[in-house]
Amino acid sequence: MSEKKLIVNRRQIIRGAAGGAALAVPILHYIKDAHAEEYCNMPKGKEVVLGFNVPQTGPYADEGADELRAFKLAVKHLNGEGDGGMLNTFKPSSLKGNGILGKKVTFVTGDTQTKSDAARASAKRMIEKDKAIMISGGSSSGVAIAVQSLCQDAGVIFMAGLTHSNDTTGKDKRRHGFRHFFNAYMSGAALGPVLAKAYGKDRRAYHITADYTWGWTQEESMKKFTEKEGWQTVKTVRVPLGAGDYSQYLTPVLSSGADVLILNLYGKDMVNALTQAVQFGMRDKVVNGKNFEIVVPLFSRLMAQGAGEAIKGIYGSVNWNWQLQDEATKAFVKSFGQEYGFPPSMAAHTCYVQTILYANACEMAGTFSPAGVIPALEGFKFDGLGNGPTEYRAADHQCFKDVLVVKGNEKPTSKFDLLSVVELTPRSKVEYDPKIFGGELGPINTKPC
Amino acid sequence: MDAILLQVLNGLDKGGAYALIALGLTLAFGTLGIVNFAHGALFMLGAFCAVALNKLLTLEKVTLDPTQKTPWGAPLEIRTPYVEAWLGDFGKFLVDWSVPISILVVVPVMLLIGIAMERGLIRHFYKRPHADQILVTFGLAIVLQEIVKHFFGANPIPVPAPAIFAGSADVGALFGLPPNTIVYPWWRLIYFLFALVVIGIVFAFLQLTTFGMVVRAGMRDRETVGLLGINIERRFTIVFGIAAIVAGLAGAMYTPVLPPNYHIGMDFLVLSFVVVVVGGMGSLGGAVLAGFLLGILQSFASMNEVKAIIPGIDQIIIYLVAVVILLTRPRGLMGRKGVMED
Repeated sequence: MSEKKLIVNRRQIIRGAAGGAALAVPILHYIKDAHAEEYCNMPKGKEVVLGFNVPQTGPYADEGADELRAFKLAVKHLNGEGDGGMLNTFKPSSLKGNGILGKKVTFVTGDTQTKSDAARASAKRMIEKDKAIMISGGSSSGVAIAVQSLCQDAGVIFMAGLTHSNDTTGKDKRRHGFRHFFNAYMSGAALGPVLAKAYGKDRRAYHITADYTWGWTQEESMKKFTEKEGWQTVKTVRVPLGAGDYSQYLTPVLSSGADVLILNLYGKDMVNALTQAVQFGMRDKVVNGKNFEIVVPLFSRLMAQGAGEAIKGIYGSVNWNWQLQDEATKAFVKSFGQEYGFPPSMAAHTCYVQTILYANACEMAGTFSPAGVIPALEGFKFDGLGNGPTEYRAADHQCFKDVLVVKGNEKPTSKFDLLSVVELTPRSKVEYDPKIFGGELGPINTKPC
Repeated sequence: MDAILLQVLNGLDKGGAYALIALGLTLAFGTLGIVNFAHGALFMLGAFCAVALNKLLTLEKVTLDPTQKTPWGAPLEIRTPYVEAWLGDFGKFLVDWSVPISILVVVPVMLLIGIAMERGLIRHFYKRPHADQILVTFGLAIVLQEIVKHFFGANPIPVPAPAIFAGSADVGALFGLPPNTIVYPWWRLIYFLFALVVIGIVFAFLQLTTFGMVVRAGMRDRETVGLLGINIERRFTIVFGIAAIVAGLAGAMYTPVLPPNYHIGMDFLVLSFVVVVVGGMGSLGGAVLAGFLLGILQSFASMNEVKAIIPGIDQIIIYLVAVVILLTRPRGLMGRKGVMED
């Protein structure tokens, strides 16, 4: 039986040490990273993932599709591709056109179906499976509030898309949620005086309202500001989201003695209700010796396009319009138009802006951590994103800026030239004390997920 | 007076849709004994025949006008539907009248779908329990919905009525009321009249033709008719096809009232089953009567004066009436003895 001796020479020791080191480096690196997650979905590679949660089906699907287009364009511009759009006009800007903090921006998408539970499930998947660091989207306030609350609990930032309820930055506000879009209170404050001037102070209004958080606050705000001008509210009727046939809600209006119909509806619901109201001859009626009028407090170009002829001469308010003549708007319209062949909607605009603002806040803070990003956004004053000078109010995370009152264009020059701006209501006229809506922002959540 | 008349009108167009769907359901049940939960899907398929024709007729030819620029610097796109480019004013007429024209497409397409459904699937379930029939037809409805969703998306697709019917009629003037007291959309009035015409044709077909006589005899006593050497099965297959046509026509003509989505059939189906039960299982006249009756009742229940007394009554009135009628007349309004009682 022969005996084997273990003979180790110097060369073997060096080889073994080198091999061990090569093996140990990634393991140690992995262990280091595993322990280094300081906050939820802290980006570790060369990419950072954003989650875009929009309605791709349901009554707000048109808005959702346009939001998604804008998100994609924003990602392109942040990564230094394309013409840069509003990155060229935004100031003060810390963006460098090389992603966010040097990491390439990628994204995942989800369909909220305009339902809170579906939206939460979709956002949860993006946070837990896709490791999204920020969630954006909306198009329904019920959805936005539900997802905002989820993001607060998870410790990721929620940059709200199209959400107009007072509750989003009112009683349901959260530290991790930020809204660039205006709200129902601002629409009411801007529209009230314009409507009184156009239709007189002796008017009787009938409200048909979408039965969820946005509709309720829109109705409340419109009542408050029209009654302040001397109008009476005859009746308020709540209708389910996606009702389709509004005939059973419209026929009682005709015998109610009201001479104004206020449609607190949005998206396809508004298009259907308005079209059917016109079919029922409401715009040709004379009630109480006055022409019967219809008001749509929250307008959009996409809705105007869907409603066609019915929209002409109808008052409403918007957050932004593609026909504004400031340099930022022109840059965005050019960029979006070249990419998609038509101008952006206000839903698209707010989503683009929110993505840029989030990226800029990360650059300002030098981190993706909510502990740095949230303070960077709170109280941030900026310009060059299409709305003039704007401020993210720290007390409720609501952006404050001028509000546009618009009217359906009587003589459109193209299929996109549907709204004309009748008044620019200054920020001071639509601003309010954050305490009137209550709610608490809560703490910054930096716990790992 | 004007408010009451308006609610009656409002109930008639909705009642027209209920009556047409319930009529088809009753035809299928009365002849084949099938509880067809896919009948709503036939209504939806009819609506999408109108959508498909409209899309086909509005396919656009895009030309670029380099002399005009968009705000983003691209040449302006001039879009013209091919049929307009090829056929001029007649092309414009075809696009404008796409919904009424779709009837010509709906009739053969729905007849084929109905016959294929009956021969390919439903006939295998004639002797099976009603629970099996409900399961298989419900499954079929879901499959058809998903197919439509795949091709047309999940969102409602608006299809306009011809421009001439876009406004509203001064119905009040017919009753001597001042102008514009009661105005009602032209297309909804047309839909009601259309429903009456279709119902009339179906009844005339069953009452005045030899084919109809055999079918009615078969509905009473299938076995005896078979013993006379008449192939009643083939006739019943055609009746199922006719039921599909009726549902399809109801769906196609309803598109300007309510933009259809893949789910529209299911929304109507549940109410239509209530209509069939209230009218009386197997009674064609009962289905039509109950359709209009429940449509009008639902409309009255949506009046503010009524809702002020009983909030939410507009949502439950149909079911409430169904309960009351079934308690007092267990066979429904015009139900025959022996139907669904074995």
